[in-house]
Formats: sequence, structure tokens, C-alpha cells
Amino acid sequence: MMTDELQVQKQEVQPAEGVERTRASRVYVPKVDIYSDEQGIVILADMPGVDEKNVDILLEKDVLTISGFVTVNEPEGYEFSYGEYGVGDFRRSFTLMEEIDRDKIEASIENGVLRIYLPKAPEAQARKIAVQAA
Amino acid sequence: MFRQPFNWRELDQMRRDMDRMFSESFPRVRRMRAGGFPAINVWTNDAEGAVLTTELPGIKPEDVDISVTGDTLTISGCCKPNEAPELAQYHRRERARGDFDRTVQLPYTVNTDKVEARVEKGVLTVVLPRAEAEKPRQITIKAG
Repeated sequence: MMTDELQVQKQEVQPAEGVERTRASRVYVPKVDIYSDEQGIVILADMPGVDEKNVDILLEKDVLTISGFVTVNEPEGYEFSYGEYGVGDFRRSFTLMEEIDRDKIEASIENGVLRIYLPKAPEAQARKIAVQAA
Repeated sequence: MFRQPFNWRELDQMRRDMDRMFSESFPRVRRMRAGGFPAINVWTNDAEGAVLTTELPGIKPEDVDISVTGDTLTISGCCKPNEAPELAQYHRRERARGDFDRTVQLPYTVNTDKVEARVEKGVLTVVLPRAEAEKPRQITIKAG
């Protein structure tokens, strides 16, 4: 019985049939943590090598797409001799199940981690119902 | 019998061939890559030394320890304590977190005084110059 191991390696995005990218680099799926509470949803995405000038966040209808672009930085005069990971762009899309207050979306990136805060639209926030002991 | 000089690339090629044979005979096993976390890339230049890069998103420089002895480099540290507030509920939790510790054997002995390391956008780059005594020297051939 083979057990599933933690997915440690970078995963490449599977392109749609017949569709190519204009850029030549590979595209990877960034690992994310997503959590939510009553006020909103927070997405943290690991995108090493990406800064605020090279990240794109697009929200169309209910699909959120995050893209990060990475310039490969090869040390000059050196020869690549051992590699365990590839370097390339990042891209991932999510379907949002909740109504989001689009004007109040916040995003920031630090040390290669993108943080997006998606506040829930006021109508969508759950009303707290107090339970009385009978 | 003529013996080929042993070099690092041959050993690495053997390891790659064995990795490939192994994954072809057990295709359903998802193997962790050799060495563990974090993944590294190494560039070398016989005259200068080696440069090693690794991806550590979200990790601040003060959380990483780098130590070099002879031809061995050790990278260890800790990353990303739990960020979610108490009442939050996780939908997905994929990012690596916790302690890590990795030792790498380099193809050269390192000049430990001149090692440099920097972190930029979550990528750690370590420059490891080759020890002076080991650098290849050009030998001029005198005619005569």
C-alpha cells in the first residue's frame, strides 16, 4: 500500500489542450494557505522571486486569478551543475463561493509571499444567533 | 589499467540514472527528491567556487542559520508560525512550515572567510568561493 507523501516538489500548471503561453518560461502552481472567518477570506501564496511589480491579481465574476512573474537570475560566469527545483512564473485560479466586497480587497507581498484579504460583502456576513439555555 | 579521475558530475549522473530507474519501476510512488527540504540549485565555476540558491518564501533572514565547514554547508532554520487568528477556519493548508535542516556537500573546499549570503524576495543565495590553496593554477610551459 503506497501512502501519499507530502507534495514537496514544485508542480507545473497543466496547460489546456492546444493553448500555449506567449512567454517561454515554465509556470508553476504556488502553494497556498487559505483561511476565512466571519469578516473575510485570507489567501497566502508562496511565490519566491516575485515582488510587487511583478504580481497580477485578477477578479472576474467569481474567479480570482493570481499570477507572479519571475526573472531568472543566473550568476554570471558560472555553470549550472545541480538542480532540484525549476524557476518560472506562478499562476493559480480560485472560484470564490462567497460574495466579496470588491472595493475593499487588500493585497500585499513580502519575502515572496503574497497575502490577499477578501472581505465578505456585508450581506454575506453570517448573523450571530445567540443560543439561550432553555 | 588507465583509471579515469573521479569527479562529482559522474557521481551525480549515476544518482540521476538510479533515480530514473527507480521511478520508472515504481511509477505510483511520489518520491521526495533526494536531500529533502529546502530544494537547492547549485552553480559552479572551477576557478571561482560555487553559488547555491534555495527558495524560502516568507522566511526572514534572522530565522535562517548558515554554517560552512570545509566542503560542507548546513542551512537550518524555522519558518512561518501559525498566522490565522483563533476563530478562523482553514480551507487549504499547503505551504511548508516548521523547522528545516539540510546539509549539502560541495564539490570544493570553501574559503569560509569570504562566504556571502543574501535573501531577496524569499530566495536565499549563498556565494561560496573556493579555498585559495585549491584553485587551479595555470602552469606556463617553458620552451627549451
